[in-house]
Amino acid sequence: MSLLRPDLAVIADHIPDGARVLDVGCGDGALLSDIRLRKQADVRGLEIDPANVAAAVGRGLPVVQGDADTDLGYYPDKSFDFAILSQTLQTTRRPDKVVEELLRIGKQAFVSFPNFAHWRGRLSLLWGGRMPVTRLLPERWYDTPNIHHLTIDDFRALVRERGWTIDAQWFLNDERTTGSANANLFAEHAVFLLHA
Amino acid sequence: MSMDSAIASTDQRFGLRRSVRLPGPLRLDSGASLTPVDIAYETYGTLNAQGSNAILICHALTGDQFVASQHPVTGKPGWWTRAVGPGKPIDPERHFIVCANVLGSCLGSSGPASTDPATGEPYAMRFPVITIADMVRAQAMLLNHLGVEQLAAVVGGSMGGMQALVWPTLYPDRVRAVLVIASTARHSAQNIAFHEVGRQAIMADPRWHGGDYYASGDSPSAGLAVARMAAHITYLSEAGLTEKFGRKLQAREAKTFGFDADFQVESYLRHQGISFVERFDANSYLYITRAMDYYDLAEDHDGSLARAFSETRARFCLISFDTDWLYPTAESRVIVHALHAAGREVSFVELASPYGHDAFLLDAPDMNRVIDGFLRACE
Repeated sequence: MSLLRPDLAVIADHIPDGARVLDVGCGDGALLSDIRLRKQADVRGLEIDPANVAAAVGRGLPVVQGDADTDLGYYPDKSFDFAILSQTLQTTRRPDKVVEELLRIGKQAFVSFPNFAHWRGRLSLLWGGRMPVTRLLPERWYDTPNIHHLTIDDFRALVRERGWTIDAQWFLNDERTTGSANANLFAEHAVFLLHA
Repeated sequence: MSMDSAIASTDQRFGLRRSVRLPGPLRLDSGASLTPVDIAYETYGTLNAQGSNAILICHALTGDQFVASQHPVTGKPGWWTRAVGPGKPIDPERHFIVCANVLGSCLGSSGPASTDPATGEPYAMRFPVITIADMVRAQAMLLNHLGVEQLAAVVGGSMGGMQALVWPTLYPDRVRAVLVIASTARHSAQNIAFHEVGRQAIMADPRWHGGDYYASGDSPSAGLAVARMAAHITYLSEAGLTEKFGRKLQAREAKTFGFDADFQVESYLRHQGISFVERFDANSYLYITRAMDYYDLAEDHDGSLARAFSETRARFCLISFDTDWLYPTAESRVIVHALHAAGREVSFVELASPYGHDAFLLDAPDMNRVIDGFLRACE
């Protein structure tokens, strides 16, 4: 029914009606627009790219231009039910601090990211000896915005280390959800719902 | 409905080139009060039956009420026809648009050139010093006169943005949306410094006469022109000036080794200065720049900008331009952060433009898209 990117569709489906939501790195506001309409969510967005912000505000969304690395500190504690960081974690300068901020601002946080330990990437590095360029990670090492490559197991380790709690997790392969068995090898994307 | 609009169309309060004398008194921040209060304004479109479609546009330092109609002195089209007009984001087909000449100005609203009822002479420097908040209070008085209880939006760029920001802090129930373009929450030391240069240029002109020049038929036009030239530089970007003029010479092959306007940029600035004095009063320039320098939204709220917004209920949208060094993006961000801290709903975007501070008056398709989306979301 919705034309959202698969990880966003997972998140949208799990936002309860009327929730207060901050989407960090909201792009042109596709997710916010969807949950405002379908879930009557009270939405806010933060986005770094001015053209995306203009597009989002042009569709009537309250979106602020800013940087996840520097601008989250200005949001009050627990001012949202959910803070969302979708496919942005790997582009931030300090991913750990960004998640920490998400969990301070939101009662819960959705974090989605591409899994760099997917078997295709592993093979490409193992046999080709080159940094993987795949359908879902199409940029080359020098022009990719992804500056902190991580795997599902890396993220789980960070969660453990910081004492955060995972409330739910979803894994995506070929745009469908897949089981959590060997997710670190077989999932292209992961979506985590967590709280501090 | 048709009866209502028929009444509206003949109602002398509405239309172009209107003015009203309100008895006041208007109590000013300085402690003085003003009576009567003249306000010159224009309205476009029709106030709907629910009174829910009113938009107040606040003009900048040397702007005026002729936002989308021909200027009576210069003959030029309105100063914001790019954003205001049929099919534009602020549209008289949908909105009831009000634009008033600010208090202290010289296009028909009470200012230093107005007659002081106590003496029968022009106020000149006996006009009370006013603030941005005083301008807003005068606008609220005008809206009472027009029967507008609540604004769908208050919109302004530069000094107009300052008024737009003050609006919900003074009248939280009277404004639903606030759109602030290329503006700031306070005047910085640099802003004040540039204004002081302009004021000193005026006051150094021997024809200023302590402000009492109205009877002489002469005015400190040289000083005012220099003030305008200095200010105009701050409205442009270095890149814009370089692109437009570079080091090109003005209608000559070589430097003259003199002090004529050898360079195009000099000629351009002189033209800006000379054409400005035809339409603006030097004393008004002193008063309005003073009001801007006194402006610090946080100051009236124990230094906390977030507290300034704590009683507001409006939605906010801020737009800045990347080459604006008069009110740079960082100033807009300060406001955005304060609005977040106050839990208000806010949109913000920094748009790219080569034109510096003046970008908001020029062609900016992205700006129109943002204004349109924001206003429609608030309807």
